[in-house]
Amino acid sequence: MTSPQTITPDEAPVFYLTDEHAHPEGHSTPLGFWIYLMSDCLIFAILFAIYGVLGANYAAGPSPKDLFDLKLVALNTTMLLLSSITYGFAMLTMEKDRVGATQAWLAVTGLFGLAFLSIELYEFHHFIEIGATPQRSAFLSAFFTLVGTHGLHVTFGTIWLVTLMTQVARHGLIPANRRRLMCLSMFWHFLDVIWIGVFTFVYLMGMLR
Amino acid sequence: MPDTATLLKLIFGRLTLESIPLHEPILLATFAVVALGGLALLGALTYFRLWGYLWREWFTTVDHKRIGIMYMVLGIVMLLRGFSDAVMMRLQQAMAFNGSDGYLPAQHYDQIFTAHGVIMIFFVAMPLVTGLMNYVVPLQIGARDVSFPFLNNFSFWMTTAGAVLVMMSLFVGEFARTGWLAYPPLSGIGYSPDAGVDYYIWALQVAGVGTTLSGINLVCTIIKMRAPGMTMMRMPVFTWTSLCTNVLIVATFPVLTAVLALLALDRYVGTNFFTNDFGGNPMMYVNLIWIWGHPEVYILILPAFGIFSEVTSTFSGKRLFGYTSMVYATVVITILSYLVWLHHFFTMGSGASVNSFFGITTMIISIPTGAKIFNWLFTMYRGRIRFELPMMWTLAFMLTFVIGGMTGVLLAVPPADFVLHNSLFLVAHFHNVIIGGVLYGLFAGMIYWWPKAFGFRLEPFWGKLSFWFWVVGFWFAFMPLYILGLMGVTRRMRVFDDPSLQIWFVIAGLGAFMILLGIIFFLVQIGVSIWRREALRETTGDPWNGRTLEWATSSPPPDYNFAFTPVIHDNDAWADMKQRGYERPLEGFKPIHMPRNTGTGIILAGLSTCLGFGLIWYMWWLAALSFVAILATVVAHTFNYNRDFDIPAEEVVRTEDARTRLLAGSGA
Repeated sequence: MTSPQTITPDEAPVFYLTDEHAHPEGHSTPLGFWIYLMSDCLIFAILFAIYGVLGANYAAGPSPKDLFDLKLVALNTTMLLLSSITYGFAMLTMEKDRVGATQAWLAVTGLFGLAFLSIELYEFHHFIEIGATPQRSAFLSAFFTLVGTHGLHVTFGTIWLVTLMTQVARHGLIPANRRRLMCLSMFWHFLDVIWIGVFTFVYLMGMLR
Repeated sequence: MPDTATLLKLIFGRLTLESIPLHEPILLATFAVVALGGLALLGALTYFRLWGYLWREWFTTVDHKRIGIMYMVLGIVMLLRGFSDAVMMRLQQAMAFNGSDGYLPAQHYDQIFTAHGVIMIFFVAMPLVTGLMNYVVPLQIGARDVSFPFLNNFSFWMTTAGAVLVMMSLFVGEFARTGWLAYPPLSGIGYSPDAGVDYYIWALQVAGVGTTLSGINLVCTIIKMRAPGMTMMRMPVFTWTSLCTNVLIVATFPVLTAVLALLALDRYVGTNFFTNDFGGNPMMYVNLIWIWGHPEVYILILPAFGIFSEVTSTFSGKRLFGYTSMVYATVVITILSYLVWLHHFFTMGSGASVNSFFGITTMIISIPTGAKIFNWLFTMYRGRIRFELPMMWTLAFMLTFVIGGMTGVLLAVPPADFVLHNSLFLVAHFHNVIIGGVLYGLFAGMIYWWPKAFGFRLEPFWGKLSFWFWVVGFWFAFMPLYILGLMGVTRRMRVFDDPSLQIWFVIAGLGAFMILLGIIFFLVQIGVSIWRREALRETTGDPWNGRTLEWATSSPPPDYNFAFTPVIHDNDAWADMKQRGYERPLEGFKPIHMPRNTGTGIILAGLSTCLGFGLIWYMWWLAALSFVAILATVVAHTFNYNRDFDIPAEEVVRTEDARTRLLAGSGA
């Protein structure tokens, strides 16, 4: 957007631009995607609030202390944090126009993401096996929904990552692809931030309860 | 080898022939009429070879103007359905006295009041409001389209997909019998085991995706696409109210999505969020859904306030009085709307302190709203008021809405609310503000911007008839409900014991009948105007001596809205341009960059309808298949990099020359 013209009283004002540049493609995308992330953040806010209200309703079932294995969760957290770092490296190499390095870092990010998901699925499977199912108590309903929603986001992020790697392989680091990588970057780091909330609020504070 | 029953269950889930309501004569007759009408429409489209035209020019369009018009059509069609429900309720309640059961069985009546509320809010008011914002906002800010034109098309089709699911429930299965917000535990699987609540959940989830995305889209459009010189405090008031509304949409619809998803988990997976046992808490649902639900009513009313501001200032021939205070009032209402949700359930019993807090915040909202009323009155003061139809609707709004606002403040007093909670007084109050505020605003807006959208005016005679029947009918229909509510009659009752109440229901029924005539005359007005469009032709682009940018371009505007991007120096940009001798540019046109049409939006929405249908009827294969198809379509769409094109300069020249000749012909 150009700055408004200043007008003097005796000069006829300019009422339209004769020489204009079209809005560059995707000029609102970062803002739009950011707003989308905030709306997604609200969904997580609701799930956190639900967990806050229902998280102690064990209904005579297992409590966090009975279930959580902090070592496993620490490992899982490490996987996700590392994936965020490697995504950061992908973006740095993208800035230097190094397609191969970017792709490599994206692939590493995807692997860390898959490792995170596998550990999470293992944890869920274990809980369900010992009878701590989402149906068992309101606490477990809230736990599985909050952590599971985050996991679903990581899953879709991984699908998106693979899609983008294909597109970068096809078209290289053209502006459209750079924009898309930037959006996924915001998404990925956003999920990291949410996970830090989950780790603190659900796992660490759950052990203190 | 599975037997037939297992196989049928695998294919059709819980959908059986029993689910088709053949035993309900009312539904059967409705279905016959809808089917015949639908077949006639499809036949006519095929006969006149309109499918290709509709697909190319409308269904796949990314033009915000066409999408806006499609939203309006959706809203008006659904208004007919929602209003049929209203008439049926009024008839039932007027009849069911002295031992009579009326004509509606309880399970049907309960579906009707639920469907009425859901349809009127989600599929009438929302599409009409979104449609007007879509059409008008880019024009008012001097933009050529919205920020994300494809998302805009997708949003529209998702809203339509939600409406399709609600309409399906009429003939396949049943709709929820829970009231429009589907409180658990009644809406839980234990008390509502059939498909009704699932129709409710998935219709709203699908439509909700559309609403949220259109909210993001319009926020971005208003922030990023304003013409040079249009600072925030030079935006037209309608654009301001649209901005606030869309901020509210983005900030509240995710809450609805989340809470409905949790209800769905309770019903499908057996979790315990809102159950009475295993630690669930039903009041959590009520809190969360009203955290969305209260801002929702402001999502509807704020654009209406914007319309009234534009109309008052245009038809008084004056600048809006107190523009700055109007903007701040809008922003304050936006913020406060988030702090009042608990007034919908004071009777929850959260204690005096909590109830007082929410009672007081609720009362405070009437201050900025009152400021707006005074601003409109002062705009009219010493203006040269033209009593055209939009202005008439505005005046009717001011008289009606003030009454509704005052009964609202009355309900905001917790002790009074304990008496009036869930009574017909409440029903009268919210119809008073939604009809008298939102709907009157939408009528004013539709009539005001009609010539812009179609290039001819709406004929005023039938419009005035419609206006008077609506306004008078409203008072007849809802004043009796205030009285009944004060006497203690609760809402959603199907039969009554006390015969002395009947007269009030008969009067209310009479009012509903007058409103019916109001709706019919509105449709007649549109029909007659289309018929006589040559006589009503509007060639100047500025039929009302308007003040904002949308009146600077032709009616209807060209695909690209403005051949040259306007530069703004003042509020009421177009009034300023006219006053300071703006001359329309006649040469120097350049190619214009525009987005390309795409069918992805309608395909995704169709697949979402299938997904919803599969989930509602437990047809897991259909749900899974549709979900994979949605994912594949989304991914495939991202492989299309070729999304825009240039309108060649010659075509711009042709279009602009045609307008020059038109303007010369009209003597402007």
